[in-house]
Amino acid sequence: MSRVLVLFAHPVLERSRVNRRLLDAIRDLDGVTINDLYEEYPTLDIDVKREQDLLLSHDVIVFQHPFYWYSVPAILKEWQDLVLEHGWAYGAGGTHLRGKITFNAITTGGPETAYKKGGYNRFTIRELLAPWDQTAFLCGMRFLAPFAVHAALKVIRDEDLADCRASYRQLIQALRDDRVDLARAAAGENLAAELADVMGREVA
Amino acid sequence: MTDSILFQAFVYLAAAVLFVPIAKRLGLGAVLGYLVGGVVVGPWVLGFVGTEGHKVMHFAEFGVVMMLFVVGLELRPALLWQLRRPIVGLGGLQVAVSAAVIAGAALLFGVEWRSAIAVGLTFAMSSTAIVLSSLAERGLLKTSGGQSAFSVLLMQDISVIPILAVFPVLGITVARAVTDITTEAGRPSWISGLFVLGAVVAVVGIGRFVVRPVFQFLAGARLRESFTAAALMIVIGIALLMQQVGLSPALGTFLAGVVLADSEYRHELETDIEPFKGLLLGLFFISVGAQIDFGLIGSEPLMIAGIVVGTMALKLGVLYVLGRSFGLDRPARWLLAFSLCQIGEFAFVLLSFGVQQSIFTAAFASPLIAAVAISMVLTPPAFILLERYVLPWATDKGEERPQDTIDHADSPVVIAGYGRFGQMVGRILRANRIKVTILDLDPEMVDILGRLGVKVYYGDASRIDLLHAAGVERAKLFVLAVDDKAEATKIAENVRHHFPKVPILARARDRGHYWELRALGVQGVHRETFASAYETGIEALKVLGYRAHTAHRLARKWRDHEEKVLEELGELWDKDREGYFRQVKANLDEAERLMRDEDPTVYDARDAGWDNESLRADRKVDAAAVAPTTIEPS
Repeated sequence: MSRVLVLFAHPVLERSRVNRRLLDAIRDLDGVTINDLYEEYPTLDIDVKREQDLLLSHDVIVFQHPFYWYSVPAILKEWQDLVLEHGWAYGAGGTHLRGKITFNAITTGGPETAYKKGGYNRFTIRELLAPWDQTAFLCGMRFLAPFAVHAALKVIRDEDLADCRASYRQLIQALRDDRVDLARAAAGENLAAELADVMGREVA
Repeated sequence: MTDSILFQAFVYLAAAVLFVPIAKRLGLGAVLGYLVGGVVVGPWVLGFVGTEGHKVMHFAEFGVVMMLFVVGLELRPALLWQLRRPIVGLGGLQVAVSAAVIAGAALLFGVEWRSAIAVGLTFAMSSTAIVLSSLAERGLLKTSGGQSAFSVLLMQDISVIPILAVFPVLGITVARAVTDITTEAGRPSWISGLFVLGAVVAVVGIGRFVVRPVFQFLAGARLRESFTAAALMIVIGIALLMQQVGLSPALGTFLAGVVLADSEYRHELETDIEPFKGLLLGLFFISVGAQIDFGLIGSEPLMIAGIVVGTMALKLGVLYVLGRSFGLDRPARWLLAFSLCQIGEFAFVLLSFGVQQSIFTAAFASPLIAAVAISMVLTPPAFILLERYVLPWATDKGEERPQDTIDHADSPVVIAGYGRFGQMVGRILRANRIKVTILDLDPEMVDILGRLGVKVYYGDASRIDLLHAAGVERAKLFVLAVDDKAEATKIAENVRHHFPKVPILARARDRGHYWELRALGVQGVHRETFASAYETGIEALKVLGYRAHTAHRLARKWRDHEEKVLEELGELWDKDREGYFRQVKANLDEAERLMRDEDPTVYDARDAGWDNESLRADRKVDAAAVAPTTIEPS
């Protein structure tokens, strides 16, 4: 059993379409802690000690957020700057995150086809996530492919998202129960599309 | 018809309903209203109330008993213990010295020595009913002078017991009294002592162990009136018990109140007794007013006036000197002296008791009774005199406490006013190792903070020499945190004028004060309740289900608008009052319109980056051009 921490960032969750529904899909799971950053720190005054303690008591760290400007909402950047301290997360003595698993669960406005060479976004999601990839690397964490829901603007009703919600829940459950093939998951492009490939045999 | 109970009740209530609000409106206080009402319905003006007034007064005296019960409820045992010095020392001395001085004066006027002692003891008493009501009405009960007055009154109530024991000894029929001192009940005194002790223990025991289960039981029954009945029963029961053993009922119920002050039913008892107390006290005051024998006063005006003025002057002097030797400051001393200088209602009882014991004749007592009533009626005017003329004079002119000399004055910050506001600012600065020089004009605050290890200089920050001594010219910041508007403005003027280079951060009472300070060139002005109201508004949104981050953002948006409006209105405040109020109304509407969610301009102006509504609208126009993220450069 692993313990899963979801670091959730959405500035106006009440107007969210996809993130809210995805989050609702995993709220009730045992062994999963949801840390709603904008609710916790409405003025962006992040409690570093609390955040570090949360990281220490979990094995899988999920960053769930809309993919604003090919990156994260402001609070997550603030979180990254303050919580991942030198000497704690990286550098001399910075070994506290070593061996943990991490990935981004994101929603994008554009379709999957836009995120490639020649598409109008020119880069793949993985390429755009390079800063997070490298952050994980520097902290000795294992960085998996993102769970990306594309064309989030199309989603209006619950039914539009039923598949995504189910896969997200399955993925989190599988990570919690150590049933994910980490090597494959690290090499993939989008876990939302490749869920069956990366799951342990008993589920697949 | 005038004899019927209903008619009597109507007359008394009408007097209360008519005269009390008028007296209040005229700023004379409720007590004087009752007394004047009593005079008007009494035998000498309208004659609605006649001889039965005496009986009514005895009945209404129970209001005093209830008042002391309620006072006791407010007074935890620990607090009472703190007051032991003023009660025993100040109170005891007041009774003894006043009695001696008045008796001496009576001797000088040729009164027989036994009568003189009896009159001295009688006139040493003050009116618990009038004094406590007047102090409470004016909010002076919690001041040091008020607490002292209360302590003295308590001691007077206690000393009634020995005084009642002494009177028979003073009587002409000395033989009986000297050979065996007996109480009214005819028991030897040492047994009475045991009875008294037993009664006190019983009251404490009942308060501790009986009242709670009884009230719990009644709470189970959920009957409002049974609570009230029980509360009345407790008070009346204790009064009865005290009468049986010869103690003052008022004292007994006071004790019961103190015992119950820690109980969870304290507020319940207080609210139940309060209306009865108020009505009975009013009835009592009215009957005092109705008792005044204007016929007698008319026949002996000079003598009675002499007794009243002489006695009150003597008591006033004694109280002032005692207050001084017990370390009260000037205003507290004057408050004590003015509030307690009348002769109390207990004198009625003692005077008739004196006649009964043949210490003096009824003819000797009647002008005294008239004097007592008049001195009680004079108490509310004395309070008015005290409040309007004596206290301002005593407070302003005679600051007994010398202003502190400031030895080290090299702090970068000077804070004027260290109450609730200044302390917060000071603590934030001190927590960051910034040295502050603190000035305050409240001697109690200075002492309390001194005990907590915070050095506060006692002094008036509007004085320029003090500002110099505090090193304002070398300071980097002057924090103006006094709560008095006029005082703050004066200090701001002085600092701006004499130390123009030092920036000021100031606390403003309200908008008018805000602009006043801004006009003086104060850099930062903060309205004193703004921040806490702002935080409460955010909490309110959160309780109503708004996300924390959204609640903060909405409140900030409102605050920005509010501040903008404040600046605009500041222009109008001085020049155009009419236009000001028109503008306030318009701005309120505007603020609410801005905040309303259905207003599309709010979204467009502030949240477009997080909102994809506009992108969705685009998609309808050009389905091919799918925007990748919510905000994408074209």
